[in-house]
Amino acid sequence: MTGKRTRTLGLIAGMVVVLGGFGYLLYGNIGENIVFFLTPSELLAKGGEAYDQPVRLGGQVKAGSVQWDAQALDLRFVIKDADGEIAVHSKGAPPQMFQTEMGVIVEGKLTHAGSQPLFESTNLMVRHSNEYQPPKDGHPKPEQMYKSLIKD
Amino acid sequence: MIRILGYGAVVAALTLAVYGLVAAAWGVRARQAALIRSARAAAYLNAALLVAANVLMVYALLPHDFSISYVAQVGSRATPAWVSIVSLWSSLEGSILFWGMVLALYTAGAMYFTRSSLGALGAYANAVMLGVGAFFYLLLAGPANPFRTVFPVPADGPGPNPLLQNHYLMAVHPPLLYLGYVGMTVPFGFAMGALLSGRLDDTWLRVTRRWTLTAWMFLSLAIMAGMWWSYEVLGWGGYWAWDPVENASFMPWLTATAFLHSVMVQERRAMLRVWNLSLIVSTFLLTVLGTFLTRSGVLSSVHAFGEGPIGLYFLVFIAVVLVFSLAMLAGRSTELKSTGSMDSMLSRESVFLLNNLLLTAFTFTVLLGTLYPLLAEALRGVKVSVGAPFFNKMTLPICAALLFLVGMGPMLPWRVADRQQLKRTFVAPATGLLLTLAGALVAGVRSPYGLLAFAFAGFALVSNLQEFAQATAARRRHAGLPVLPALLSLFRVNPRRFGGYTAHIGIIIAAIGIAASSEFRTEREATMKPGDTLEVGGYKLRFDDLQGYDEPHRFVVAANFSILSGARTTGKMNPRLNYYTARGGEPVTTPSVRSRATNDLYMTLLAFEQDGSTATVSVIVEPLVSWIWVGGMIVALGAILAIRPARARRVAETAAAPAAAVEVA
Repeated sequence: MTGKRTRTLGLIAGMVVVLGGFGYLLYGNIGENIVFFLTPSELLAKGGEAYDQPVRLGGQVKAGSVQWDAQALDLRFVIKDADGEIAVHSKGAPPQMFQTEMGVIVEGKLTHAGSQPLFESTNLMVRHSNEYQPPKDGHPKPEQMYKSLIKD
Repeated sequence: MIRILGYGAVVAALTLAVYGLVAAAWGVRARQAALIRSARAAAYLNAALLVAANVLMVYALLPHDFSISYVAQVGSRATPAWVSIVSLWSSLEGSILFWGMVLALYTAGAMYFTRSSLGALGAYANAVMLGVGAFFYLLLAGPANPFRTVFPVPADGPGPNPLLQNHYLMAVHPPLLYLGYVGMTVPFGFAMGALLSGRLDDTWLRVTRRWTLTAWMFLSLAIMAGMWWSYEVLGWGGYWAWDPVENASFMPWLTATAFLHSVMVQERRAMLRVWNLSLIVSTFLLTVLGTFLTRSGVLSSVHAFGEGPIGLYFLVFIAVVLVFSLAMLAGRSTELKSTGSMDSMLSRESVFLLNNLLLTAFTFTVLLGTLYPLLAEALRGVKVSVGAPFFNKMTLPICAALLFLVGMGPMLPWRVADRQQLKRTFVAPATGLLLTLAGALVAGVRSPYGLLAFAFAGFALVSNLQEFAQATAARRRHAGLPVLPALLSLFRVNPRRFGGYTAHIGIIIAAIGIAASSEFRTEREATMKPGDTLEVGGYKLRFDDLQGYDEPHRFVVAANFSILSGARTTGKMNPRLNYYTARGGEPVTTPSVRSRATNDLYMTLLAFEQDGSTATVSVIVEPLVSWIWVGGMIVALGAILAIRPARARRVAETAAAPAAAVEVA
């Protein structure tokens, strides 16, 4: 009976060690891999801590800020919210629906580019909703984007 | 008219479910067989009512009857008929309506097949399943009512979410997922029935074995179809992103897989009773949690259904189920003590224990990563997401260890392994391990997990094939059969065991596909003019032209490419952007995928100039991707083979005595 009890205790001790180790691993890893979701002003408010941390930055594309080099697949624009703006650089083509003044989310890190902060984006997502919204005035109608491509 | 009939059916189902719940429980207490029978009749009637409600909704969707709220929400005059039909499960209310039907059918089916044998256990199981049903019918009658009136009646609607109508797999994946998810209610119902009735032997396991396997089979297929859909639709050439909704479908699969293994330990060795009950409760809870995550809008995800008021209902339901199940388990804990004990670490039951430990750790990791953003927002008020590196770092070692166990399990006998015999069995799989490891090194794999994946896949594949080979040889000797009939007879003699090994082989094949496609992915993006060529991963591609055309429910911009081999054109690729006009015209990327046994060529149109002068595309070449889908289907085939009726199996086992010799090997 005591033998059985020792064995049970041993088993429980083993479980505690295994679970503790696993919990420690989980805790450490999740801490390293959290990505904060921030707006440009929230990111800037973090000051020095803002740099070199993985961040999802959500805001609006500033009017007139988009520079797209199709051959080099190099995209630069400014993302802004009510109180702040940050320059963004991204390699690779943006989604077709990417356009000025729309809501976007960029994933990446804030870096020092010379004296200015520059957000190096590894992933650019366009915010879109499941709900229907009529086209806004001033935006190109979707039809205009393809009519020129229809051939007889 | 449809509106009134449909809503009437839902309300009637709710009333009947509540009646049946009370009647079944009261019937057992008061020993009133008539009450118990009437509760079973309520389950049958509910199935008919929910089928009627779903048929009515399809009858409203097909002719676009926009006076019904759900049709106005997801219907559009321009959509093809198949899209109108699958719209049934494309949005919140309709998906719960469909869910309710599947649940009612499962409940009625389970009650019908156990009608004569189970007494109080069956009656309580019915009560529990009707109780679960009542929750969903309550949602349908109140906050998620798809049959509300719309006034004024709109002339046209927006159609379902473009991502959903952009690929035919959307007609396949959700029903499979519901069949898998909802099916887990049956073993949960019977487990609770066992606890409530105090009939704690293996009866509930025996009667629910086929139901659990069926649900698991559908869930496996659903996860595979979901991966396939992401791959074909989302345009980044991947199939798994640790997205909350993907995780939601995966977690119950993990616990159900653990259950399918640990249940054998209970049957053979009378251990793990509490554990098995807990696994079934967890599986059921995880399906409800998954539904909550996808339907309540608490998590942002590419697949989620958006905001809804029903989150609170789900939270209350989850809490009730959790408290109720824990209380039942605690109340019976003294009666659930194991009678068997472990003899050796080198035995099949110890491999199953380890497998369960790993699968539980896996589930917990995914659960934590999925819920962490919710916890962080609730507790610290920050918006965060948990990156894929967390999931990969934590789960890749677990995956590697599991793959190793897939090879170890079949080689070890129950109780204690004979070391001499084990050495002999070990030779071939160990050779397989070394050969695949060498092959992977030669092919250029350098990442530790890539090497482990290939090596253990080789090990496990040989180990499982060896089981088939040895058993076939034994059948040939004893029954004097030629090779193929002997091999096929294995599935008749011991469907469960060899169905299981078949599922193992499917998992191994899928693992190889996943490892190869992530290790050897080649990707390029380029902006091209008509006539330009591009070489990626052994393919030479020429951009021919950009083409726009109208379809009734959308318009399409396609970039036409030719695959060149020397001067010859050996194939065409046409990645597209589809614009669903009724949905505001946001473009939906539609990749062009060319699947071959060796590799997939995957092209996405990212952007284009409106005058047709340039197109920007991404080209990805990934080896062995299609083997993931093949593997998934083999897993399902294995489950189907193992589902064979228990009675036929018993007869076959007693009739074919040599099978016992096979079993021991």
